[in-house]
Amino acid sequence: MAIPARRRIADIAAFAFATAATVFGLVWLAWILWTTLLQGAAALTPSLFSQMTPPPGASGGLLNAFYGSAVMILLGLVIGTPIGVAAGTYLAEHGRYTRLAAIVSFVNDILLSAPSIVIGLFVYEMVVRTAGHFSGYAGALALAMILLPIVVRTTEESLRLIPDQMREAGFALGLPRWRVTRQILYKAARSAILTGILLGVARIAGETAPLLFTALNNQFWSSSLNGPLANIPVVIFQYAMSPYDEWHTLAWAGAFVLTAFVLILNILVRLLARRGKNQ
Amino acid sequence: MNETATALRITPAYAGTKGTVENHGAVNIRDLNFHYGKGHALKQVTMTVPANAVTAIIGPSGCGKSTLLRTINRIFELYPEQYATGEIVIDGRNVLDRRYPLSDLRRLVGMVFQKPTPFPSSIRSNVAFALSYYERLSKSEINDRIEDALRQAALWDEVKDKLHHSALSLSGGQQQRLCIARTIAVRPEILLLDEATSALDPISTAKIEELIHELRERFTIVIVTHNMQQAARISQRTAFFHLGELIEFGSTSEIFTNPREQRTRDYITGRYG
Repeated sequence: MAIPARRRIADIAAFAFATAATVFGLVWLAWILWTTLLQGAAALTPSLFSQMTPPPGASGGLLNAFYGSAVMILLGLVIGTPIGVAAGTYLAEHGRYTRLAAIVSFVNDILLSAPSIVIGLFVYEMVVRTAGHFSGYAGALALAMILLPIVVRTTEESLRLIPDQMREAGFALGLPRWRVTRQILYKAARSAILTGILLGVARIAGETAPLLFTALNNQFWSSSLNGPLANIPVVIFQYAMSPYDEWHTLAWAGAFVLTAFVLILNILVRLLARRGKNQ
Repeated sequence: MNETATALRITPAYAGTKGTVENHGAVNIRDLNFHYGKGHALKQVTMTVPANAVTAIIGPSGCGKSTLLRTINRIFELYPEQYATGEIVIDGRNVLDRRYPLSDLRRLVGMVFQKPTPFPSSIRSNVAFALSYYERLSKSEINDRIEDALRQAALWDEVKDKLHHSALSLSGGQQQRLCIARTIAVRPEILLLDEATSALDPISTAKIEELIHELRERFTIVIVTHNMQQAARISQRTAFFHLGELIEFGSTSEIFTNPREQRTRDYITGRYG
């Protein structure tokens, strides 16, 4: 029962190609992490997390930018998640066979692929110009609008993956729709929905364009969301473009922390997905 | 009541009045038609499913057996373009009437599906969900009712020490008995079993058949099955459906030994289906 030589060669070729493609993809990730680590190493000290962004020529850290990013991501998450989960639930459950749901789903797809700079401009026009100043609120809103369609889509998809029989079993017991959704479907889809939310956070963590127009940046410590707020992506952008070496190093360090954060989120997503499968 | 009445022309026992006591839990189906969009899945079905007995529904795939069950608890209403006309009278009321509240109907009529459908939560919550929705009970009352339901479903001894474990950790047969337990926990009168053993191994199937035999005294049981030996073993009445029509309905022994219709005879002897 020898396998013909041609098949064996084809098998080896396919294996080699797939392996090469994987290595090609991974090399870039490793390279990015390595470069950011190397270039930012000088700034990767405790003061990175304890000092403010410095003026040119002085030493400092990125505390205000980390804080601003964290607060805006958190607020964006708080705004975007409930609406996204509710809308996704509508699309998959309540509105399942309606025209409205089909239209909303289509519009959501457009929003999902809308360039983030457009969303930044939109919030700039609606909030920043109306209020007369840049603000952390506007930044959080822009991030929420990027997060929203991701959460809508993943919630809808994960609910749709649950077999109809599960719903029927709930309804056959006489439970009303909201109970079936809350007590049965959300439990079944929990890790998938959570995965979508975490991927959304990873996405908005690195968004720069929408924040340029909304939160802008702030050289100093400010805990108020009602004014310009420092944040990692815009600081990286400005410092990397600057002519100062200290700023370059800080930008690299910020980039490293951001990349590491996204990587950790993705690993978390993997673990969650695996747990979901085992359930 | 109408045990000896001929299959197709059973006089509806309710005759517009409240059901009599011995009729409690019987299902009187009259002129039932069911449509899936353009498909006509049930045609002018009229039959009375007796209380406290097992009625088996047999017939080739696509004959409308499952549809009949899905009409009795109106689960079909989840899907657009499916509708039923005619009457299904239980305890003196037409349950197909849109004014008949769904939660009342589904408390009255429980259903168990082909594949076990445990909810992704603990064994205890699987039984408690519907129970705590319908009734305000103290914790100890809930515990009693859960134990009672699990005992009736012949599952108690196997799960009593792990009520807080995930229901998904149970075997297929145990999961199916859990589904039966959570269905009878809300004390329905009627149990619909839609090929409830076809996804199970022979030992689990035997356990569930035994269970059905015991539950018969307290419930009206309607079971759809592809397995004719099963129908012959566990039912007292058998209905044969073909292409959406009720061909023959009578006592199981009669249907299996001396059917009146040629089509029934052909199906039972394995000539088609």
